[in-house]
Amino acid sequence: MSDVTTTPGLVSGTTQPKRDIGIKKRYAAERRFKLYGLLAISIGILFLLLLMWSVISKGYTAFQQTAINLPITFSEDIIDPKKERATNPQVLMMANYPRLARDGLLAELGIDPTDKKNRKLVRAAGKMVSAGSRVQLRELVVADPSLIGKTIPVWVLASGDVDSAFKGQVDLSVEEKRRKISDQQVAWMNQLAEDGTLVKRFNTGLFTFGASSRPETAGVGVAIIGSLYMMLIVLVLALPIGVAASIYLEEFAPKNRWTDMIEVNINNLAAVPSIVFGLLGLAVFINFAGLPRSASLVGGLVLTLMTLPTIIIATRAALKAVPPSIRAAALGVGASRTQMVFHHVLPLAAPGILTGTIIGLAQALGETAPLLLIGMVAFVVGYPSSPMDPATALPVQIFMWANEAERGFVERTSGAIIILLGFLAVMNITAILLRRRFERRW
Amino acid sequence: MKTLTYTAAMLVASAALTGAASARDQVQIAGSSTVLPYAKIVAESFGEVFPSFKTPIVESGGSSGGLKEFCRGVGPQTIDIANSSRSIRESEIAACAENGVTEIQEIRIGYDGIVFATDIDGPDFELTPKDVYLALASQIVVDGKAVANPNVKWSDVNPDLPDWDITAYIPGEKHGTREVFEDKLLEIGCEEAGDKQVHMDGGMDKKAAGKACIAVRKDGRAVDIDGDYTETLARVDSNKTGVGVFGLAFYENNADKLKVATVNDVTPDTETIAAGEYPVSRPLFFYVKKAHLGVIPGLKEYVEFFTSDQMIGPDSPLAEYGLVSAPDEERDEIRENFADGKLL
Repeated sequence: MSDVTTTPGLVSGTTQPKRDIGIKKRYAAERRFKLYGLLAISIGILFLLLLMWSVISKGYTAFQQTAINLPITFSEDIIDPKKERATNPQVLMMANYPRLARDGLLAELGIDPTDKKNRKLVRAAGKMVSAGSRVQLRELVVADPSLIGKTIPVWVLASGDVDSAFKGQVDLSVEEKRRKISDQQVAWMNQLAEDGTLVKRFNTGLFTFGASSRPETAGVGVAIIGSLYMMLIVLVLALPIGVAASIYLEEFAPKNRWTDMIEVNINNLAAVPSIVFGLLGLAVFINFAGLPRSASLVGGLVLTLMTLPTIIIATRAALKAVPPSIRAAALGVGASRTQMVFHHVLPLAAPGILTGTIIGLAQALGETAPLLLIGMVAFVVGYPSSPMDPATALPVQIFMWANEAERGFVERTSGAIIILLGFLAVMNITAILLRRRFERRW
Repeated sequence: MKTLTYTAAMLVASAALTGAASARDQVQIAGSSTVLPYAKIVAESFGEVFPSFKTPIVESGGSSGGLKEFCRGVGPQTIDIANSSRSIRESEIAACAENGVTEIQEIRIGYDGIVFATDIDGPDFELTPKDVYLALASQIVVDGKAVANPNVKWSDVNPDLPDWDITAYIPGEKHGTREVFEDKLLEIGCEEAGDKQVHMDGGMDKKAAGKACIAVRKDGRAVDIDGDYTETLARVDSNKTGVGVFGLAFYENNADKLKVATVNDVTPDTETIAAGEYPVSRPLFFYVKKAHLGVIPGLKEYVEFFTSDQMIGPDSPLAEYGLVSAPDEERDEIRENFADGKLL
């Protein structure tokens, strides 16, 4: 602070004496406050970046999968040694398909499987191909039985251990017996990679497969379908119920002790830990109503209960934001209260309601705890054909993979997190766009 | 809005109707997280080998949680099989019977070893139950008196052990593993050290002395891990002088990061556990609701498939994952008992 301003009267007449109103101090306070704000945001961004970095750096490899291009001979001696497939279709289902894949790899490596001396090599080679080849080759043969007797090139998945080693996730410098992949197998892997038969391809299986105990054939397919079913049920149930409840409370209900109590309860329910809704779901939907365990229908119902308070609170806020003049004008020109609500108030509040609904849905999409008790934290391989069938959900799949021992599941856990974050981002961006597009300001 | 409400109403109505009427066509399993990986492997292979049956659903939730669901009653909305890393308790059998689950078949699938492991770059650990007890018990006997555990370093316990601060990550009290840890290490170590006798001479009855033996120190040197072994691994990863307790299968899958400790000079592996030389092992079980056999399609076949040598034999996928196979005669006996319908 300079002396001139603080000592009035020293310079006679020419300058007016100034009162100290602390302008500099106030500017400094403002600058400080801005700095704190910036600091707060940077800390937030720093943690976000840290999270993204840790997830993406670990997870991006999950979107690629090591596969081997093998000439598979669909030998009749292995698939149908007794030549009875015409009368007994079961033969094609039960045949020893993994052996076809193994023999294909042996042919590629130039090892004779019939030579007794090679037994150890044959075993080691067999472990390089995923056991998922059974289903893959079976589907090929069942779809087209004329393949039997022919040799065609097929992309077969490499086993999880080979996949992890090829991606550099296994420390190959430790002694051989401490790792899941032997020196011989690493040598074969490098040889096949040089020939171009063993390559990393885009991992479509991550999106299409169901749960699996083998990392290479594990995917989030069933989880995505289960989550979609649940979101659909939540949307179809929670939106109309929530909107109807809020309209009644906001526009029609008298203000008395009962409605006050309801309001307090709704606000309370919004803060209840989600596991409580799981307990409720177990007691009401499964034990009392007899709905099947692990079904996405029950999951959807539980999540509906959980999302309802969020939607009601958001909807009531949106309805409150519509200016009373609009209501007065509508009533003034002779509209009934119902007409006022449905013709004027609701359309104007719609963007706010939709935003609230989408945020509620996004919250429900990321929920695991209530699903634990109704049996959706489960190992589900087959696709659910309806909401009544067992299924699991995306966050549950992440939780289950995080607990797996195999190395291959580490990248898959992060990969699944990236997928979930993608869905959440899309939903939240939609909410923002809807608000931008339809929001009215008065 | 109207159509939406109608659809909602229809959905709820149809769900309530079909739900009550439909029987299940898929085996449902819940229980121990130790048995879970094995059950998953079997369920998946079962679905692949028998395409006419749907792949069973396997839930986790812990041994106690699984048995609780199991004992909820009989009928398609209850589970068929409970996986367990310990044998069923009397109280649970009683709870089952109260809800009409009177016919339970017990199936022993093999053995699991519990190992101590440190970071791979650490020194060798050669433990005995006595060392573990002296390092981790809450009270030990010094000069004939029970005092709060004074040991700070492993070398205080036994001069042959490394000069590391004691930090051990042990299974939390919810885990079935904890029971084995208490019975096979702390209690035996307590007896070997002679502390149990001192407790009893000091006026405790046998039960109280046993309880005093298995009390774990709470000063932060023994850390309960309530999560899975993945969490234990992460702790050992970040604290290079920490000692973690793992299942054998988990250790074998991460042997490039961990170094295993010997107990009584025996290195844990499938052979030493099968031979009974390695002291810290336990049997694994699952329990089948007999009333559901023949009602739920695939249940009988699943159990038969699980107990077959191609799944739990010495050269099977489960053995490869880390299960210690039961001896040949025991496996035959398991299969016979199931076929004869032997009950608990």
